[in-house]
Amino acid sequence: MSEANRPDPDQLLATVKAEEARAKRGKLRIFFGSSAGVGKTYSMLEAARNVRASGGEIVVGYVEPHGRVETERLLEGLEQLPTLAVSYRGTARRELDLDAGLRRRPAILVVDELAHSNLIDGDPPPRHAKRWQDIEELLEQGINVWTTVNVQHLESLNDLVAQITGVRQRETIPDRIFDEADEVELIDLPPDDLIARLKAGKVYVPEQVATAIDRFFRKPNLLALRELALRRVADRVDAAARASAVADRTSRAWMARDRVLVAIGPDEQGEQLVRAGKRIADALDAHWSVVYVETPQLLRLSTADRNRRIDLLRLAESLGAETVTLDGPSAAQALLEYARTRKATRLVVGAAKRTGWRAWLRPSTTTEIVRQARGFDVITIGVAEGVRNDEARPEIAGTTAQPPLVHWERYAWALATTAVCTAIAFVMYPFFEPTNIVMVYVLGSTVAGVRFGRGPATVAALVNVLAFDFCFVPPQFTFSVSDFQYLITFGVMLTVTLVIANLMASVRQQTRVAGARERRTAMLYAMSRELAATRGVSNMARVAVRHVTDVFDCKAVVLLPDANGRLQYPPEAPIEGSFPKADLSIAQWVVDHGRRAGLGSDTLPAAPALYVPLSDEHQRLGVLAVLPQNPRRILLPEQRHLLATFAGQLGLALERAQLAEKAEAARISAETESLRNTLLASISHDLRTPLAVIAGASSTLAERGQDLDEASRTSLARSIELKAREISELVSNVLDLTRLESGQIALRREWESLDDLVGSALARVEERLRSYPLEVQIPADLATVHVDADLVVQALANLLDNVAKYTPAGTRVRIAARDEDEWVRVTVDDEGPGLPATDRDRLFDKFQRGRDEGTVVGAGLGLAICRAIVAAHGGTISAGDRPGGGARFQFTLPAQEPGA
Amino acid sequence: MTQAMHQVLVIEDDAAIRNVIRLLLQAEQYRVIEASTAARAGIEARSHKPDLLLVDLGLPDGDGVKVIRQVRQWSQVPIIVLSARVLEGQKIAALDAGADDYVTKPFSAPELLARVRAALRRGVRGGEQPPLLHLGEATIDLARREARSARGELHLTPLEYRVLEALARQAGMIVTAKQLIREAWGPDRQHDDTRTLRVCLKNLRQKLEPDPARPRHIVTEPGLGYRLHVGDTP
Repeated sequence: MSEANRPDPDQLLATVKAEEARAKRGKLRIFFGSSAGVGKTYSMLEAARNVRASGGEIVVGYVEPHGRVETERLLEGLEQLPTLAVSYRGTARRELDLDAGLRRRPAILVVDELAHSNLIDGDPPPRHAKRWQDIEELLEQGINVWTTVNVQHLESLNDLVAQITGVRQRETIPDRIFDEADEVELIDLPPDDLIARLKAGKVYVPEQVATAIDRFFRKPNLLALRELALRRVADRVDAAARASAVADRTSRAWMARDRVLVAIGPDEQGEQLVRAGKRIADALDAHWSVVYVETPQLLRLSTADRNRRIDLLRLAESLGAETVTLDGPSAAQALLEYARTRKATRLVVGAAKRTGWRAWLRPSTTTEIVRQARGFDVITIGVAEGVRNDEARPEIAGTTAQPPLVHWERYAWALATTAVCTAIAFVMYPFFEPTNIVMVYVLGSTVAGVRFGRGPATVAALVNVLAFDFCFVPPQFTFSVSDFQYLITFGVMLTVTLVIANLMASVRQQTRVAGARERRTAMLYAMSRELAATRGVSNMARVAVRHVTDVFDCKAVVLLPDANGRLQYPPEAPIEGSFPKADLSIAQWVVDHGRRAGLGSDTLPAAPALYVPLSDEHQRLGVLAVLPQNPRRILLPEQRHLLATFAGQLGLALERAQLAEKAEAARISAETESLRNTLLASISHDLRTPLAVIAGASSTLAERGQDLDEASRTSLARSIELKAREISELVSNVLDLTRLESGQIALRREWESLDDLVGSALARVEERLRSYPLEVQIPADLATVHVDADLVVQALANLLDNVAKYTPAGTRVRIAARDEDEWVRVTVDDEGPGLPATDRDRLFDKFQRGRDEGTVVGAGLGLAICRAIVAAHGGTISAGDRPGGGARFQFTLPAQEPGA
Repeated sequence: MTQAMHQVLVIEDDAAIRNVIRLLLQAEQYRVIEASTAARAGIEARSHKPDLLLVDLGLPDGDGVKVIRQVRQWSQVPIIVLSARVLEGQKIAALDAGADDYVTKPFSAPELLARVRAALRRGVRGGEQPPLLHLGEATIDLARREARSARGELHLTPLEYRVLEALARQAGMIVTAKQLIREAWGPDRQHDDTRTLRVCLKNLRQKLEPDPARPRHIVTEPGLGYRLHVGDTP
């Protein structure tokens, strides 16, 4: 295999992935016809009966009988799902029961009328707006589906069919569904036969027949439709051949793929352009994008126009296009730039609309693009007949539908500028030539252009010319002009001021566009920055809700999954702007499918709120639910994209937080593991030695007790007692420490006097400390401490115990205490050999011993327990050197109630 | 010998510990009855009317505190609780429920026997006023409110006498702060100021103990209460 013929790994991977997904999906079989009445449903049911007869499992989900006798007869003997009763504007309707189908899970489900629209306003509301979406869900769940559709329902052929028949089809399906179907069976019937069937009353009930034949079922129509259907099926076969060619890599013709860009504007040709683009892209087997450029002028469009633009972009998306909104001062420049960066091969644009002198002065976008296109072809689509071509319409619509605010005071200011200019000119008049006086007016118009906008500046320019003429051009104080030369002055003056005013206005508008973009970026940046500084998933969710409610003027909530993957409301108290009644079942659907749902989306569009997934399909991070105050606003493409960007940002942040949490958990578990090992090593040593003594001594007593003398028996029993005590102490220490560190101990605080506690501690270690001279220095007026007496006595006892362990007998010990603000500081000193020179703080770690193992009994938990006890009281503990030699331990205890 | 007549009911579910306790007590000439469950304990206590109960707090069929409460409904018999370290909280509950003292497991033989003796002594006297109190070198006549030590006469306040009296009534056994306050100030006084009590005990130590920093007679049991050791050494 030569280098050039090597398959592109990415493409192969994509093919493999597509096949994998396909393997799990159910298979879609479409019975395809050129028009109603060709017998699609009939053929489908006949095939179904055959499957049934040969023992296959096939269930009828929904079939529209249309009162056709043949159909009803075929349905007999086939298993049928119950239909769903839907009440719609007071009437009872029947619909496919999607959930019943999903529950029944037959091998094949028959669902008639792929292009059917579900009753969005019905009760109960449908899950999806269109039946093809229902069928998609069935397929996703691995159920095979048989369905029927007519050629006029295909989205890309919609306008062609409308042109042929004069009837616009409302119910359409994306071509993707048709193209991706596993099997398409063309049900063909010659037009004459169809008309005969029609007349025989086999298609419609008799009273409908006459109008139907007149309107739609005319022979030329039927012929054209049949040709369309045949061609569409042939295209499909062709595409399948090409797809296998890609897999086989026998041909290199597909190496360079085309990319088609369709540029749409706010006019009515948009829809035509989108459909034409789709056909071109299909013919070229190319990727295609629909591009809309937001220019300063277009920002002033009426709501109706904006809505049409939204619909257009959604149409494009449903046809499989990528939609892009660009912004820039000039549509042509932005498009050319985009075409270059995306390496487009074709650019589809509408026909140029400005003609004649206007086109020469200000060329239309199309003209400009054609003039500057390099490296790609430009395809111009002519305006379809019957479509009005009215370039000025958007502006007119803008003024009528939504009159822009007229700032009358700006006009007043502009006129005032003229007045000031005139006053100055009068002062100058005796000393200067009229040509210089003109400059004053030009300056005035410029100022008006800068300060007050296009309209006022234009007025100022006109009034300036009149004022100059009236006041200074001879004959003075009349509008008549004696010298013909002044006409040139007027002309130039007017042109210059108008150009300046226009320039200024356009600069101002660009600034506004840039400002809007800047604000958008700034809002996003603000949230990202705050998210970056936030720890914990639930805190991030709160931050995001605050920003989203601010930016989108809505109520919002972030729903996160619990341990079982079920979405739930945050358990904390809701914050301001929180959206309290989000539909958790919709949200769950969104997180399970990784697709948005609710308001304005494909799924449950009638819901009041929009649910956006925070994740791609691999990660189920959660859902952002948004209830907009103004539902229209959230439908604007830029708002939707911005919302998606916010959701994406939040998703990234949440993912980061979850990763961090996982890493932290891993770290803790590793630490616990190493601690457990240390514990095991340490305890096994400390347990084994005494246990060996106990086992040995007790078995000796039991077996040979009578042979031993009294003294030996006692000595053995004593050693058992001693070792048992050591084990007991060790076990208590481990238990205490565990409970202290895990926070299981609730402090039983009382007001205690320290000398009392010291006394108890001394009593506890009395035996071991007998040979150590002791000094207690506790002032009589020392504050009482608010502590758990038992624990503090234990801490003191542990410190004193350490003295006994680590210093020779006879070492002087001193216990002292003093007030220190709201604390009492306790010091335990000894004059022994002092602490090792290593890190003093590590002495308080678990299993840390002052000396090497073996010489001293104990697991090295004493000081760790001291620290845990002191810390539980909010105090601090430290180890150091006693001035003059020896060790010094100090700790603090609260002399007031916590929080007091 | 009076001891021979003393009957001790041992309520403990662990057979090995029961065995050790029985041998120990029998060696000291006590008669021992055993019960391994709370239900059995109730029956044995009613039928044998023992002079002392040793109650383990962790019983298989209910905790020892319940047993104590039941017994206390009809008897003032002395009760000593056997408790493990992990049941600190229950120790207090047991004392509040009416137990007189506790011994922490693991215990040594002398420790347990000393507690048993102290408890039986109280049981025999039945709350009678003790005669002269000997705390090392100090002697206190509670009836006549007179105290003296080797250094001469001691002056105790009436409150100090009352506290000492309350401690002496259960000499050798634990007295909770609550109990002390109730007995020293009277039952109607809703007094929870343990600070005053502490100051009082501190003063008593200053007056009676040879080394107040290391008290030998008026001993604090941290978190639980106080214990009075009479005689020369505890």
